[in-house]
Amino acid sequence: MVTQISEGLKAEVKDLNFYYTHHQALKNIHLQIAEKKITALIGPSGCGKTTYLRCFNRMHDLYPGNRYEGEIILFPDQLNIISPKIDPIEVRMRISMVFQKPNPFPKTVFENVAYGLRVRGESRRSLVEDKVEKALKQAALWEEVKDRVQDLAFNLSGGQQQRLCIARALATDPEILLFDEPTSALDPTATSKIEELIMQLKKEVTIIIVTHNMQQAARVSDYTAFMYLGEIIEFDKTDKVFTHPSKKLTEDYITGRFG
Amino acid sequence: MEIKEKLIEKILLFIALSSISILALIAFFIFGEGLPFIWKIGPHAFLLGERWVPSHGEFGILPMIVGSFWVTLGALLLGIPLGLACAIFLCEWTPPLAATFLRPAIQLLAAIPSVIYGFWGLVVLVPLVRTYLGGPGLSILSGSVILGFMILPTIISISEDALRALPPYYKAGGLALGATHWQTIWRVLIPAARSGIVASIILGMGRAIGETMAMIMILGNAVKMPSSFLDSARTLTTNIGIEMGYASGSHRQALFATGVILFFIIMILNSSAIVLSRRRVE
Ligand SMILES: Nc1ncnc2c1ncn2[C@@H]1O[C@H](COP(=O)(O)OP(=O)(O)O)[C@@H](O)[C@H]1O
Ligand SMILES: [Mg+2]
Repeated sequence: MVTQISEGLKAEVKDLNFYYTHHQALKNIHLQIAEKKITALIGPSGCGKTTYLRCFNRMHDLYPGNRYEGEIILFPDQLNIISPKIDPIEVRMRISMVFQKPNPFPKTVFENVAYGLRVRGESRRSLVEDKVEKALKQAALWEEVKDRVQDLAFNLSGGQQQRLCIARALATDPEILLFDEPTSALDPTATSKIEELIMQLKKEVTIIIVTHNMQQAARVSDYTAFMYLGEIIEFDKTDKVFTHPSKKLTEDYITGRFG
Repeated sequence: MEIKEKLIEKILLFIALSSISILALIAFFIFGEGLPFIWKIGPHAFLLGERWVPSHGEFGILPMIVGSFWVTLGALLLGIPLGLACAIFLCEWTPPLAATFLRPAIQLLAAIPSVIYGFWGLVVLVPLVRTYLGGPGLSILSGSVILGFMILPTIISISEDALRALPPYYKAGGLALGATHWQTIWRVLIPAARSGIVASIILGMGRAIGETMAMIMILGNAVKMPSSFLDSARTLTTNIGIEMGYASGSHRQALFATGVILFFIIMILNSSAIVLSRRRVE
């Protein structure tokens, strides 16, 4: 039985199974996502963290043969976001994603951030400008790029590019922001900047972050789920998971006995 | 063993060098015949002269430059949107199995001899244009349409390669932010593949400018400044193709000089295509 949390919920995962055609990658997952908190997913490589995260914004719909079972209920409107009746685009409008490797588009800094607004049909210039500036500020990038928003995004450093991708995701005011190992391609300085930023952001948005860096999970998250072979082995408040894990497997993993 | 290897190496080197030197020889020959002629009558009179009457010693190729320009432009107006649409469709919407059949079929289009395209144009397209739009039918419009189809394989295959070579995270990133498939294609994938797409267009343009046989059959070959898309015209290549058989003396040299101009145009187009497609790889 997975621990129930007592705070406001943003999402609830019920009996989620996921299949890559015939290979079952997620098994009977139950999990609650607390609103405006950071939930970390940890576990050894290949345990299904990315697969799980990508269910939240229906990225698996890109490939035929992928199949979801069960429910991911999004609050407050209790929408089952993995129901085939729900348009994945509607889900991605509300739940945005930052990838493992910074992936700015071959456009200017400004147009990268404005992308989400433009695809929503927003064409009022002053509104777009305001939102881009606000998103860059939220992503702690504004001071560094305000004089070169018309430069190509590729000219930024790796850490800046990742913060640009965060700004790009924030510009459309998502309800949940998904991070898939957002610092694995960055150096320690850039990493700590991003970690700080993520902790700031939870004031405004619910965050789910995949990481295989346990220190990172311990530093930034409020809740931690430990996954193993496609299942959630343990889920609880982060201090509890790291100080008094209830399962032997969790303890072995966080003490570095495997992984 | 050692000796055999060396021998093979030497033979290959010899073959490579001789094909390069034959190319160099051809270029040398064209320039040797053409450049002195341009020099003699003056680049100005040659490039901007509007009258081409070899029997009177008048050698202005402006009508042919204009003809080449309009036919090529028309071909691009048709070929670019159609070719890009096909490339996008093949890359993004065609089921993989169907694409494996369609791709070679499209490449096969490039292998159809141009005389066949010309024949089809003459029999089907020219009468249509003459009946419904007026004019002689043998016209810039007919030539452009045929040429537009002829450059499709080039534009489709190179653009599709460029789109296919994009790292998958562009598409995933574009979609993850709530864009539709088409918005992602238009706002992310096409800009990302831009240099490859531009290279495909330039190579298509090179093919269009160089095409001779089909154009001789369809354009009507009139040596005058065309004033509308329904007029007959003559291109640089057809000028050479039609007259080289019987030309002599300075007439012959004038045709070589026309070749020099073509040579320059094609060189410029191809080198810019190479530069652009290199940039894509970086
Ligand atoms: N596209 C795919 N098709 C088939 N199997 C996949 C695919 N992606 C991942 N898997 C498999 O699903 C399991 C979970 O992978 P993943 O979610 O990437 O793990 P993690 O992010 O925890 O390293 C692995 O066994 C992996 O081999
Ligand atoms: Mg992963």
